[in-house]
Amino acid sequence: MAAYIVRRVGIGIGLLVLLSVTVFFLFSILPSDPARLTCGKICTPALLEANRARLGLDKPIVEQYVTFAAGIFAGRVFAPDSPEPIVCNAPCLGYSFSRHEQVTSLISRSLPVTIWLAIGAFIIWMVVGILAGIYAALRRGRWQDRVVLGVSMVGYSLPAFFFGLVVIFFVIIKLHLLPFPSYVSPFEDPVRFLQTMILPWMVLAILNAAFYMRLTRNQMLEALGEDFIRTARAKGLPDRVVIRHALRAGLTPIVTVAGLDLAVLLGGAIITESIFSLPGMGSLTVASVNDSDLPVITGITLVAATFIILANLFVDLLYAVIDPRVRL
Amino acid sequence: MALPRASADRPFLSVSDLSVRFPTEDGLVYAVDGVTLSVDRGKTLAIVGESGSGKSVTAQAIMGLLDRRYAQVSGEVWLDDEELISQTEEQVRHLRGSRMGMIFQDPMSSLHPFYRVGDQLVEAINAHRSIGKTAARREVVEMLGRVGIQAPERRFDDYPHQLSGGMRQRVMIGMALINSPALLIADEPTTALDVTIQAQILDLISSLQAETGTTVILITHDLGIVADVADEVGVMYGGRLVEVAPTGRLYERPEMPYTLGLLSSVPRMDRERPDRLDPIPGNPPSPINLPAGCVFQPRCTYSQIVGGDTCATVRPELTETEPGHFVRCHLPVTERRRIAADIVRELAGSPR
Repeated sequence: MAAYIVRRVGIGIGLLVLLSVTVFFLFSILPSDPARLTCGKICTPALLEANRARLGLDKPIVEQYVTFAAGIFAGRVFAPDSPEPIVCNAPCLGYSFSRHEQVTSLISRSLPVTIWLAIGAFIIWMVVGILAGIYAALRRGRWQDRVVLGVSMVGYSLPAFFFGLVVIFFVIIKLHLLPFPSYVSPFEDPVRFLQTMILPWMVLAILNAAFYMRLTRNQMLEALGEDFIRTARAKGLPDRVVIRHALRAGLTPIVTVAGLDLAVLLGGAIITESIFSLPGMGSLTVASVNDSDLPVITGITLVAATFIILANLFVDLLYAVIDPRVRL
Repeated sequence: MALPRASADRPFLSVSDLSVRFPTEDGLVYAVDGVTLSVDRGKTLAIVGESGSGKSVTAQAIMGLLDRRYAQVSGEVWLDDEELISQTEEQVRHLRGSRMGMIFQDPMSSLHPFYRVGDQLVEAINAHRSIGKTAARREVVEMLGRVGIQAPERRFDDYPHQLSGGMRQRVMIGMALINSPALLIADEPTTALDVTIQAQILDLISSLQAETGTTVILITHDLGIVADVADEVGVMYGGRLVEVAPTGRLYERPEMPYTLGLLSSVPRMDRERPDRLDPIPGNPPSPINLPAGCVFQPRCTYSQIVGGDTCATVRPELTETEPGHFVRCHLPVTERRRIAADIVRELAGSPR
């Protein structure tokens, strides 16, 4: 078990290195020139060169990468020769010259928003999706099953941008049930926080809940057809216990998908965050792409990838907990 | 075997005119068609038939395991003094596992892979009795020992995948018997096991039966294992019971052509030419389009003896030819006995 975790963490680190190299070199061949972007409106070739040297972009690309990678562990200093050197402490993911802020501080400001959004939505969709899925499986072929499947179909077909805008229009603009969204930390103003988050949670949850309803229903139906369910019934177990047996057996794929879905979400919910003006990872991504703010994009990519790698590991460990046949 | 009688002297288990139909998109599937049988207390009835003959569905109908939303079950099943088919699902649930236990073909998939074997037995106790945790554990460990599991105290905490197939079937047997049911239905209990284990499992069932006086219904497609275990044998074909007889009699003087076919297709080591088997020509009938007359008629080589199209159009009834020997066949008794005698003689082998 311990050896397994060590190996998996090692593989994860390898993946991150590979990913960072790929992203770094990919960005280096992009036509967008960071030196040009930071040069300002009146830009002379001399100024451009100076800028380039200040950003370290005049060095060979491999050296630039090594400096970047070393910065993550040891910190680094930007523009060391200028009158105002910028000290970036470890873990330094780079410096956004268009925002004049360290990438890590940008991310650490956006990440909590995304985490709140993701976790709230996750809880809603898991509870709704799994309960509805079980219910539909138990009423298989009857009208209740069809209603759940129908709702799931509709929910699954609703794009977040459409559903989000509709919700804003009716709930906020027409009916004035909630104030316009404006993010505050839940520790600062919990009421305002809930008022802001309830709609994005629902928008994000409905799409996933639709998927989890189907997944759970299918898993339950498959599990209910297993021989050991027949055994459970032959023992005279009450329905409630038989259902628990089936759920336990059908749970594994649900847990897997849920872990990965949550991880992807932690990288930022671009559409939902944009619609509800939540200053999370998704909004940061959109802004950085618009500004060609390469250091920020690189940083976000690495953080998001880390979440996914960790979630993969976590899900695999959970597998071993759920299924005694799995030995790591 | 006796047909159902008045309730005063009714046999321990008696099934009368049991039919099970499943509506499907292709039509109504007649899985079980008018099965009537009975077993006396403490006896063993083997039900033999090939796949799709309705033997497992019969067992599941008796156990009340069929989904009432899909299966149309009619007829009567009397367990001692209780009729089961007319009871509610909840009433039958209370009988399952307490008054009647069941074991299944594949012990690999019949135990829940995620629960410890001991806990699965404890669950069976808790479904019907409340006896506290330590008492339940003690009882389960004792039962695991009785079904021949070494170091049962340790095995209690094992998961099913840590046990061999034979051990798992022992666990299944222990689980079915933990509440001392009066009826045990074993649905192909040895089919999925190694040949060497098969005999052990059958011995175990027999010895537990002798110990507890449980009535057993043994469902199998393997006529070879029936001889030593069963008191009576019922042969099923196309959803119908076509012949029932005391075991010895069925082997020595079978009467129904299908039974003869079955007997000839069993490989026997003591035969002169063990390499030559006589399969029954043709295929079992589709349960959607059962023949109007005798279900075996399309494959029966003797139906022309009866003459006309009697076999094809008239449904033969299960009739008693000797006390305890019931046959569903249009052939005249003398005729079928002559045919049977020839075949049995041949099966016994020419003199060496």
